[in-house]
Amino acid sequence: MEDKNKKSPFVTKVELGIIAFAIILPFIFDSSPYFQGLLIFVLMWVILGTSWNLLAGYTGLVSFGHAAYFGIGAYAAALPYYHFHISPWWGLLTGGIVAVILGYLLGIVVFRLRGPYFALGTLASAEILRLIFGEEEWLTNGHNGILYMTTWVSKYPYYFIALILALGAIFSVKFVMRTKAGYYFLSIREDEDAAQALGINTKKYKNISTVISTFWAGMAGAFYMIYMGFIDPEVVFALHNISIITILVGIIGGVGTIWGPAVGAVVMVLVQELFRSSIFGLAPSWVSGMHAFVFGLLVIFVILYMAGGILGDWDLIKKKLKFSRKVETSK
Amino acid sequence: MSILSLDKLTKNFGGLMAVDHVSFDVNEGEIFGLIGPNGSGKTTIFNLINHYYTATDGKIIFKGQDITNKKTFEIARLGIGRTFQVVKPLRRLSVEENVMAAAFARESTFAGARKVASEMIDFCNLTNVSNMKAGGLPIGGRKRLEIARALATRPSLILLDETAAGLNPSELDEAIDIIKGIRDKLGITIIIVEHIMKVIMNISDRIHAIAFGATITEGPPAEVAKHPTVIEAYLGSDYKMEGQNYA
Repeated sequence: MEDKNKKSPFVTKVELGIIAFAIILPFIFDSSPYFQGLLIFVLMWVILGTSWNLLAGYTGLVSFGHAAYFGIGAYAAALPYYHFHISPWWGLLTGGIVAVILGYLLGIVVFRLRGPYFALGTLASAEILRLIFGEEEWLTNGHNGILYMTTWVSKYPYYFIALILALGAIFSVKFVMRTKAGYYFLSIREDEDAAQALGINTKKYKNISTVISTFWAGMAGAFYMIYMGFIDPEVVFALHNISIITILVGIIGGVGTIWGPAVGAVVMVLVQELFRSSIFGLAPSWVSGMHAFVFGLLVIFVILYMAGGILGDWDLIKKKLKFSRKVETSK
Repeated sequence: MSILSLDKLTKNFGGLMAVDHVSFDVNEGEIFGLIGPNGSGKTTIFNLINHYYTATDGKIIFKGQDITNKKTFEIARLGIGRTFQVVKPLRRLSVEENVMAAAFARESTFAGARKVASEMIDFCNLTNVSNMKAGGLPIGGRKRLEIARALATRPSLILLDETAAGLNPSELDEAIDIIKGIRDKLGITIIIVEHIMKVIMNISDRIHAIAFGATITEGPPAEVAKHPTVIEAYLGSDYKMEGQNYA
């Protein structure tokens, strides 16, 4: 914004550094598939969080049902395998597309709703899908889920596929937010009535935002199926473990910031694993049940004291740190 | 030449006739005032023109085209801009971004939108706050931002809804200059709703007065101001008697 007619470069030096670091990272943990696995989960949450953030953070459509798109993406990879022995790897092509179609169909219903009603509508749609996929055993094998022998034991290929998807999600959002569509998303978020009076076809642009968002959520779901080798409706359509955690990843990192969900994903997986492993076995075992509780506290703290999230309120955080340092030195 | 015509435009909310067979023609290049007491239906007429509300009956013709059933965003694209009485800034965006979002209605490139935005920001004397978040602007600035944003969509007709309400005297003079400039410098036709008589009497070419949703009279400002029914509508029937005595 400093130079009048020049935009900042599409990929900044800091971002190049992050990408380079992300490429080196799995090799640092070469001896620990456990840590590599955690990194893969971080990347998966980056994809989901970024997907949610475009819709909720930038377009103001706060989805409480991102599990719907994640789950349908996972089943898009799993069902052809279950019925016809078609490789789930095709899911990396179809998962996103099927999720987009679902997003469009659900949009016909939920876009008639605004604010909290939209949130409830999306929540309900994911729950409906969870129940359908659980009950219709002829189609989905119900609660028994679908099992697939994963292709590789090594984590490396999965890590780099997830990294490509995560970067694809982040930079597609970054790209679109620098275009006219990006300005329109923000206008819709701030005031839908005003946006219409400015000549913005709000329905069309909500759909565009949904297409991009649901595509990446579906891709994350397809990737999950390929990587984990097992899905069932309670896992991939989960309200708490998918839909809600997706929102929290977005909120902690910074709603409406490009890299916020990435930061949120790191924090979320760190907290989850620290507590799930009872702080690497150093704490008593009951601590392991605390991860959801601690993460909840963290979310409350973020909402109360830095509503913009870690990245959104970064300037504020820096200022606070500087201020407290100054106070110390003045004493 | 008429740019906008309302033909027996009617809107009722349940049993309430909010707009009752109102007809008027606005000529190109004109500043057309719309006055009436609180609740007489002025803002409802605006909301019908840009189709926030669907008319119960009647027609709205813009540049020879029937726009009664067009969508809000289509009407904006055809060239009718509007401001809101209760301002609707895009709070978390800067002033510049607010106006740029509007400029994209006609411009497809970032640079083009930015150029149009900076012109309109300059036109509305907002240049020194263009990087400020719109939510942080004082009311005078927000009112001018409403105008800048509506102008950035490059309208040929602009609907100004109480853009002068709540301004202090010096801001008021500034607002009058800006409004006059919209017509004189940018060549945009204006329909203005305003309670402040200093503004409306000063700048309107013609005034259309309504009460309880129905037309009372229409004509040059001086005539409308003396019209007994207008005086009655604003001040009650006691004053009508006096008005007649003094006349």
